[in-house]
Amino acid sequence: MLSRRSFGVVAGLLGLAACGVNTGREGAGGGTVRHWYHAYGEDGVQDAVRRYAAAYPGARVEVQWNPGDYDSKVLTALQTSAVPDVFEAQVKVDWVRQKQVVPLDDLLGDTRDDFVRALLDSQTVDGKLYGVPQAIDTQVLYYRPSLLEKAGVTPPKAVDELIDAAKRLTAGGVRGLFAGNDGGVGVLTAPLLWSAGLDFLSDDGKAPGFDDPRAATVFGKLRELNETLLLGAPTDWSDPGAFVDGLAAMQWTGLWNLPKITAAHGDDVGVLPFPRLDADGAESVPVGAYSAMVNARSADVEAAKAYVKWLWVDKSDYQTEFATAFGAHLPARKSLAATALRDGPGKEVVGFVTSGGRIASPARWSARANTALSDAVSRIARQGADPAGELRAALDVARDEIARLDR
Amino acid sequence: MRAIVKRANSRNTLVFWLFVGPFAIGLLLFTYVPITWSAYLSMFDARNTVTPTEFVGLANYIDILTDRAFLDSIGTFTVFAAFIVPTTVVLSLALALLVNQVTWARAFFRSVYFLPFACSYVVASLVWKMSLFPGVDSGIANTVLGWFGADPEAWIGTVEPPLYWVVLVTARLWLQLGFYMLLFIAALQRIPTHLYEAAWIDGASTGWQSFRHITLPGLRGALVAVLTLNLINAYQAFDEFYNILGDARGYPPFARPPLVYLYYTSLGSGGQDLGRGSAGAVVLALVIALATLLSGRVFRRPT
Repeated sequence: MLSRRSFGVVAGLLGLAACGVNTGREGAGGGTVRHWYHAYGEDGVQDAVRRYAAAYPGARVEVQWNPGDYDSKVLTALQTSAVPDVFEAQVKVDWVRQKQVVPLDDLLGDTRDDFVRALLDSQTVDGKLYGVPQAIDTQVLYYRPSLLEKAGVTPPKAVDELIDAAKRLTAGGVRGLFAGNDGGVGVLTAPLLWSAGLDFLSDDGKAPGFDDPRAATVFGKLRELNETLLLGAPTDWSDPGAFVDGLAAMQWTGLWNLPKITAAHGDDVGVLPFPRLDADGAESVPVGAYSAMVNARSADVEAAKAYVKWLWVDKSDYQTEFATAFGAHLPARKSLAATALRDGPGKEVVGFVTSGGRIASPARWSARANTALSDAVSRIARQGADPAGELRAALDVARDEIARLDR
Repeated sequence: MRAIVKRANSRNTLVFWLFVGPFAIGLLLFTYVPITWSAYLSMFDARNTVTPTEFVGLANYIDILTDRAFLDSIGTFTVFAAFIVPTTVVLSLALALLVNQVTWARAFFRSVYFLPFACSYVVASLVWKMSLFPGVDSGIANTVLGWFGADPEAWIGTVEPPLYWVVLVTARLWLQLGFYMLLFIAALQRIPTHLYEAAWIDGASTGWQSFRHITLPGLRGALVAVLTLNLINAYQAFDEFYNILGDARGYPPFARPPLVYLYYTSLGSGGQDLGRGSAGAVVLALVIALATLLSGRVFRRPT
């Protein structure tokens, strides 16, 4: 009979042995393609992508839905793992340098011209395409026309008008504008740069694009705006909660929230692009897109590429459904865009994207450069630091990072 | 006879390794290997890879030691430690003394103050962020302010004055006090009562004099332990800071703990720079070791 002590030892050893069994890293053997998505917040997306996967005739496709910090998970997987074979992400120059992803130029064929050019450019490194854009995400300024009218404000066309509108709309328990609990640092940095005719990087990507006194001016405007921003909302900028619940009269958030917002406010919804600073700047909306990419460590790169081609190039009916049926996105292809969002605020947003859509996260703009810039913007806008000095420090880091990419 | 002793010895050795083995292997695999690997990575250009090839010597160290964000976070958390360590010690000792004195329902009070320690940091952070200190009027803190006719505050979002510290510090105190209180109670109960009785017969007051000359010296060991644990904990702050102020996209440049900064550098969603991150981890480990040694020296038992 087992004594209690030896039973404990045996149980302990069994426990240890069990830890070593299921590593879940068998690679794409046996014709199975493993496909990762981040957890979309809109109802129905998960069912849809599982349905697409089941319909693929070329191989068995296993879809994994990844809640939480998906981007970090992808970064870690790409370093050592053969799984996933296919995943959605935005290409990073370092992935290309480390040969962690494979070029996908040969998948597009003559559909290349049908994809929105800026999207393809944003997924291109050293002339090669690494991701097939799945859908366009964009962000806009939502407002309630009735509230603006009551406050005697016209929809703002310039940054100063936006500051003035936010001030006048702040009354009672309602704040003028909500742009995230970090005071707009995360989501407004890019539109503010564009509003002054600047950008993260120069046109050729070889230098920072904000080495200009106007950068200090425009981030000083965010400081003014911060006096009337809603802070400490229960949900963040990417959720329509604050606007739907009437905590803020205007909110900067994703186009994807349009269905929930119109459900709450009916016809009393207006949309605007981010206004320009002055005549030298431009109205803009940021565009970004998760793109389908193939892991270079996949056990069967060709099978993975064939699946990506089938789903994101050939099956245009799925692409349209994916972009437009669950929350509002725009298809990544011009021929499909015509069928989506044909009226109301959605149609206006299509116009904003066409005339003022800008890439929000260029592949050559690194995480370190981005941290340096958003630290600077945060100190300027929220702590009242000297804009010129803060931006000089951010420029140094950005130059350093750009130089590193070409070493 | 000798054979029997020998057999018993080898049996003991076997039992020793059966029990210690799994822990030793675990410690080796999950602590020493990563530490050594991290020190190795800190000498390489290791972006998005754990098997780097480009040796860069001390470049990562020079980089991180001239990095304003990293130095700021070390500085901020030295100040934070200087504040939170004494506060925690004083408050948890006061709680221990109070709970130790009640004669009625002592187990109940002890559990009540210890319970928060069993709460997950993440859950507590979310409660602090979303129901106690949200910026909306209906938040509990703002409701209380409203009773006194004050305007609602954004708390976590308010940088001037830095009200976010109120949120962070109260969350940490609530979570930690109970644990340190328990350490103090254990130490208090080891002080022999006859010492107090003798002192009272000799005319010492039951209050301050007894506390100063009997309780406090009797608690010396516990005090040093609590101070050291607390100090290390302060530099290793992560959970409630990350969950209250940060998200997957980023963290504001204020109240940013060194570990949070290193997390975004080496494991963040934008790009994983394991070389610089590892260099920072080594520097942080040295800072913690130094601070611990210094505090140990200050509180060393007089010989």
